Amino acid sequence: MTTTVPIKEQEHSHGEHAGHPDHRMFGLATFLVADAMTFAGFFAAYLTFKAVNPLPDGAIYELELPLPILNTVLLLVSSATFHRAGQAIRQDDHGRCRRWLLITAGLGMAFLVSQMVEYFTLPFGLTDNLYASTFFAATGFHGLHVTLGALMTLIVWWQARQPQGRVTAADHFPLEAAELYWHFVDGIWVILFVILYLL
Amino acid sequence: MTISLPPETSSPPRLQPSGWLRYFSFSVDHKVIGLQYLVCGFVFYLIGGALAGAIRTELTSPVSDFMARDVYNQVLTLHGTVMIFLWIVPVVNGAFGNYLIPFYVGARDMAFPRLNAVAFWLIPPAGLMLITSYFLTGAAQSGWTAYPPLSITTPATGQIIWILSVLLLGGSSIFGGINFIATILKLRRPGLKLMQLPMYCWAMLGTSILVVLSTPVLAGTLVLLSFDIVAHTGFFNPTLGGNVVVYQHLFWFYSHPAVYIMVLPAFGLVSEILPVHARKPLFGYVTMVYSIMAIVVLGLIVWAHHMFTSGTPPWMRLFFTIATAFIAVPTGIKFFNWLATLWGGRISLNSAMLFSCGFIVNFVLGGITGVALAQVPFDIHVHDTYFVVAHFHYIVFGGSVFVIFASVYHWYPKFTGRMLNEDLGRLHCALTFIGFNLCFGPQHWLGLNGMPRRVAEYDPQFTLINQISSVGALLMAISTLPFLWNVIHSALNGPVAGDNPWKALTPEWLTSSPPPVENWIGEAPLVEEPYGYGVPPGELDLSAASGRDLWSSGK
Amino acid sequence: MQKMTSCCVDVCNTNAEKSSPFPDRNKALTITSWRTAASPIRCLKPGIDQVQIPSAILTLVIGMALALGGLWIGQNINLLPIDASANAPIYDELFKVLFTIGSILFVGIVGLLVFSLIRFRRRSGQLGDGLAIEGNLPLEIFWTAVPAVVVLFVGLYSYDIYDRMGGMVPLAHDHMGGAHEEQIWGGISSGSIESAAATNVLPVEVTAMQFAFLFHYPEGDITSGELHVPADRPITLRMEAKDVIHAFWVPEFRLKQDIIPGQPTQLSFTPTRTGRYPIVCAELCGPYHGGMRSTVVVESPEDWDSWYGQNAKAAPEEETLTIANA
Repeated sequence: MTTTVPIKEQEHSHGEHAGHPDHRMFGLATFLVADAMTFAGFFAAYLTFKAVNPLPDGAIYELELPLPILNTVLLLVSSATFHRAGQAIRQDDHGRCRRWLLITAGLGMAFLVSQMVEYFTLPFGLTDNLYASTFFAATGFHGLHVTLGALMTLIVWWQARQPQGRVTAADHFPLEAAELYWHFVDGIWVILFVILYLL
Repeated sequence: MTISLPPETSSPPRLQPSGWLRYFSFSVDHKVIGLQYLVCGFVFYLIGGALAGAIRTELTSPVSDFMARDVYNQVLTLHGTVMIFLWIVPVVNGAFGNYLIPFYVGARDMAFPRLNAVAFWLIPPAGLMLITSYFLTGAAQSGWTAYPPLSITTPATGQIIWILSVLLLGGSSIFGGINFIATILKLRRPGLKLMQLPMYCWAMLGTSILVVLSTPVLAGTLVLLSFDIVAHTGFFNPTLGGNVVVYQHLFWFYSHPAVYIMVLPAFGLVSEILPVHARKPLFGYVTMVYSIMAIVVLGLIVWAHHMFTSGTPPWMRLFFTIATAFIAVPTGIKFFNWLATLWGGRISLNSAMLFSCGFIVNFVLGGITGVALAQVPFDIHVHDTYFVVAHFHYIVFGGSVFVIFASVYHWYPKFTGRMLNEDLGRLHCALTFIGFNLCFGPQHWLGLNGMPRRVAEYDPQFTLINQISSVGALLMAISTLPFLWNVIHSALNGPVAGDNPWKALTPEWLTSSPPPVENWIGEAPLVEEPYGYGVPPGELDLSAASGRDLWSSGK
Repeated sequence: MQKMTSCCVDVCNTNAEKSSPFPDRNKALTITSWRTAASPIRCLKPGIDQVQIPSAILTLVIGMALALGGLWIGQNINLLPIDASANAPIYDELFKVLFTIGSILFVGIVGLLVFSLIRFRRRSGQLGDGLAIEGNLPLEIFWTAVPAVVVLFVGLYSYDIYDRMGGMVPLAHDHMGGAHEEQIWGGISSGSIESAAATNVLPVEVTAMQFAFLFHYPEGDITSGELHVPADRPITLRMEAKDVIHAFWVPEFRLKQDIIPGQPTQLSFTPTRTGRYPIVCAELCGPYHGGMRSTVVVESPEDWDSWYGQNAKAAPEEETLTIANA
């Protein structure tokens, strides 16, 4: 049985699969559903703790609102700026696209800095009590996502440096993927903000 | 066998290893990956089986005399984890899914071949890590459920390694699930409608939805548990104000659907095997599809029936009782449809068919005890006893593992191009069936009469029944010998199978055995009636005793 | 139950009598010389390839035999240990019903399967296919509806059983003097079966630890490694774990409740039969989990009184009873 056949990218698109459509965005969306379920697990745990485990006497769990509201604004604006970057690349304007990408990554990093400031000014630590632990787990996991998203944005920014690079008006999967991911991370933040800070 | 080599073979940019070496490579061919899953899973099955043998040896006497008590707990933890996460889930999903789904949708590979290879190659290191933890530091001792606070108080290293390997395996499972969903929904050959897909595609679609929705919750939970162990947070640690029952909720939100992740693909595989060997169309295709989807939906909202004794409030018990019992309805539909598929057929009593029927018998019993266990008052007596052990093994061994063997007998000619020895196959089936029922049937009685699960020592009045059970386990161990011999011997010396030895209609048989790298020379066939067997009533022609020549017309 | 089963048979019969649960195209079937081919599915009961009426009768007979056989199995095969608490007979009632239904289903399905395998096996020399029957809507509706009804019946029935065992009575405040402030997280309360006698409850505090149970009688300040209880008097256990999750299980009482650290649980029961029964830990709790056992000693009220009198420290017995009655 000799099946020494080189597998090449082109071969996957011959025959009736010519013009084999790109399913990577679909795969990413499915992955984000899975990712959302991880957060759902954290939120469910937090809400259950809140419902049945009262805060013990003397334990401190207080959250201030101003900084998180600033964070929410930062992320929401960054979603809009990423959207602008996407519009720019569709108009084949690499310069404008990269500017918006840089602004987005900057906003993301501003969010991370602000989150760090909040962490260090909070009156409780990771192991102080149940709520504190859950708060740090949920926001920390989200912060990890923001970090990844900011890195991805910077990579796209770098990839878009040449008009004939991997990010073009016709084919800009890296930008599309990072944008979807970024919107997802923002959406999660809004839910997180409502559940952890407002409820 | 002819394979059209592409013209520029002289300078291949990324040459895949040829021959047997490709099975040890980072191959992106879905068939290679499928077989990698299958063989790797089988190796872990042998390891898990050896662990089960150790458990049954310990239980031949009512005192703890074969191994130390903490070793016993490590062994039962490893047995559960290996069998679930390294044998059944990877094989019913990964192995057969990867091999068959691209054929069934008329594609040349999965939607994301490289992700597919990554998903497989996460498994061997995770499994090795888990097994070696036993020799290096001592494995986890808190059962495959890892309930805190026990999992927090037992030696931390083993538990952390357990968590890491389950996280890796969960990641592999999620990557696989994403790939299956994309392949089934997006990669169908033009002209192939969803309702024309073979039933296994529907089963894998349902399974993958469960994987994507529930596995991440387990991952998140295990991360929290590892924080409790390493960083001394108190999510599930009551001495730090945590709540242990929340862990159980989150754990079972994955681990109940995990049962469906293990049996739904098995349902799909049986739906492929029965029509071929009964020479009849699959009965009730549409209701089969709907019942799979009903099982998926119901499977996500029944988890708390594992917690009827955990202090859950009464309303919760009532809801989960009714929801759980109702899963019996779509499951029952599937079984009645299979029986109707057999009724009036021309049934070949070969190994694949016999294993499938063994599956039906075992699973019906497991399903009946399952409905009983869903009833709160019944469960309160038998929860965490050998009754549950018996029920669970009737579902996953009597169900999924029997189907895995049936599938190996059915698709072996496709995998290798050679036939298996049917006599050895029937011997294997008989030994497995007798051994299995001898091992697990009496355990129902043990549970009802007071033997809890996961014990190394027990009330001496149960000695005889436990010894009978151990004899059954020994028979099951022996039954793998004819199978192993058959598989290895037939691969080298078995009679050549030809492309389609079963005269089957599903697309994987409409190519050579084993298939070429991109599945078909030329265009993929459009199979609109994957179960178009049988003599149409009224068109009966006695002289055409060879049946419709559908397969030869390449429909 | 009898009603349920005969109902199944009835539906089946009507199906067979109507004789048209088939797609229309199957009516065109004319060949009769090929026996297998001429045996379409009429009903999911064996014996259908006869002529119309005998088939219905055969179905009825087999269905009745199955139902009666299942009933006999359910009533006469006892798989359970002796019953020693007030809710055990109620549990056994449920078990009999489940066992009966399960036996009927299991024997019926396996019988049908084995019959099909023998009756429709490929004989040597046969090459053809079976009949091209792809489905049958009335039949599908039939075997969706019947299990749904059975499952619903079983669910409601077991709910009723659970209610009679006391599972649906709200916990937390009943009968536990001094336990009001503390949240009781779950368990089985003393319910309707003992509501009449509920005033005379004997409270016991259970502490579970690796790897032992400790029983404390707050009214007599007795601490014991064995649970001594008088027959026919309701007992309420208030259970708390020191380290990991344990479970309190007495197979002869048909009762089990997890003992969860940080979440006190409660279990109420009324022992009815004197004797010594094992208390088993049913939740993996560490290396010696299998050895974590104790004994519940159910004594006649007089014997228990004397045991209690010998061991009670502070409060004399009469006083205790007054407290319990108050």
